[in-house]
Amino acid sequence: MIDRRRAEQLAPWLAMIALIVAWEGACRLFKVDQFILPTPSSAFVALWEFRVAIWKNALFTFTTTVLGFAIAVVFGLLLGLAIGASAFTYKAIYPLLIGFNSVPKVAVVPILVIWFGIGFVPAVLTAFLISFFPIVVNVATGLATLEPELRDVLRSLGARKIDILLKVGLPRSMPLFFASLKVAVTLAFVGSVISETMAGNEGIGHLMVSASASFRVPLVFAGLFVISFMGVAMYAVFAWIEQRMTGWAYRGGTAA
Amino acid sequence: MSVPVDIAGVSLIYGEGGEGTLALRDATLAVGKSEFVAVVGPSGCGKSTVLKAVSGLHGVTEGRVTVAGEVVTKPLKIVGMAFQNPTMLPWRTTLKNLLLPLEVADGLRDAYRRDPAPFVAKARELLAVVGLKGFEDKNPWQLSGGMQQRASLCRALIHRPELLLLDEPFAALDAFTREELWGVLQDLWLRDRFTVILVTHDLREAVFLADRVLVMSNRPGRIIFERAIDLPRPRTLEGCYDPAFVDHVHVLRDHISFARST
Repeated sequence: MIDRRRAEQLAPWLAMIALIVAWEGACRLFKVDQFILPTPSSAFVALWEFRVAIWKNALFTFTTTVLGFAIAVVFGLLLGLAIGASAFTYKAIYPLLIGFNSVPKVAVVPILVIWFGIGFVPAVLTAFLISFFPIVVNVATGLATLEPELRDVLRSLGARKIDILLKVGLPRSMPLFFASLKVAVTLAFVGSVISETMAGNEGIGHLMVSASASFRVPLVFAGLFVISFMGVAMYAVFAWIEQRMTGWAYRGGTAA
Repeated sequence: MSVPVDIAGVSLIYGEGGEGTLALRDATLAVGKSEFVAVVGPSGCGKSTVLKAVSGLHGVTEGRVTVAGEVVTKPLKIVGMAFQNPTMLPWRTTLKNLLLPLEVADGLRDAYRRDPAPFVAKARELLAVVGLKGFEDKNPWQLSGGMQQRASLCRALIHRPELLLLDEPFAALDAFTREELWGVLQDLWLRDRFTVILVTHDLREAVFLADRVLVMSNRPGRIIFERAIDLPRPRTLEGCYDPAFVDHVHVLRDHISFARST
């Protein structure tokens, strides 16, 4: 059993190493031009060589992403509550929300630039716009799927709607909420980098655009590595928080 | 503490406009103070709808429901309810689940907030009565189905309701657990004598528990037969094999068969 658990812990790292080795091998074997697809090793070299610039820009991207994501959490939770709390608002707002989510966020960035100029603000807002949707949907779904029997039990006690919402609806939707945070935080990175790529003067997205303009393709890939590393790290953080906050929903093997 | 219930000529249609489902038609029944009444009938006949109407959770289309002499127009606040599904909240311990009604119940909320100690003592005592002593701090999912249903019964009684409405509370349990819980429910009722309306499709359960059993017709439901169960209390599982007990069950079964065929 111990060996199996060890193997499970090692598996993701092995998969990553296997991918990098296969990539490196394929590039060398078929003599792929570094301008087309650089080897991972040259990307790592670029990562080290430009570490100062990468660190500065990664910090910028991280800041805009986390800020946008934080707004998305607050806004998503409140809107999810409002939508899930009554069948009427659910019906009224849901189609609007779907329509909004269907708009490619790339198309929104130019509008944000007109309103707020380039740089920090549009990156934060794009991260927010792209990541709040899964949070809203999950919170609203958690509330809307409250067992009618339980609602009846509480209503027959003279419970106020707000009590039912806070004591039962909200805790009930927490597993869905935390699950959605994991997805939303990775989406937030997509949002901020889109904005930086299109209208940035700082950030990993901007760095990658500048690098590709000067044909430093290994540096572009180094930027991609940094973004995915931050995405995975934030995912792991929220997966951990999820485990801590809603352990009751994952009762698996430890229960009686 | 208990209340009489009177249902007079009640019809109830689910859904709006002309195309709703007629669940009850001209249903009339009266339940006395502290009486234990069971409602039996074919499946889908509107048994649960009777409880919705009594509790005020669903308004009636015609007729009148009176509880404690007052016409029911909105959800009552003196009611305890338990269903087939125990609906315990998984993030609360068993004890905290029991206390939930006190946190939200109109009129009790403030007293509970000021001094929760006597209510907690009461909850622990109730759990002990139904045989859940020692499980207060367990999560509901660590309890078996029968134990969860016991806890659900306790939750329905924690605020000392004057009227207990039970909608097939034991239907999802195995036969042994079910019969054991009949005893538990009888004990609780003999102790506190609240008014009970029990909806069930189990005729032995109805005869074991009730003072009076009412038979409902096929949908749209109304009461087509009633039988007083004059067996002495406390009733025992052994007593289920008495000729008098069996006779009650037979008579009721005949009427259910008739109801199903019409």
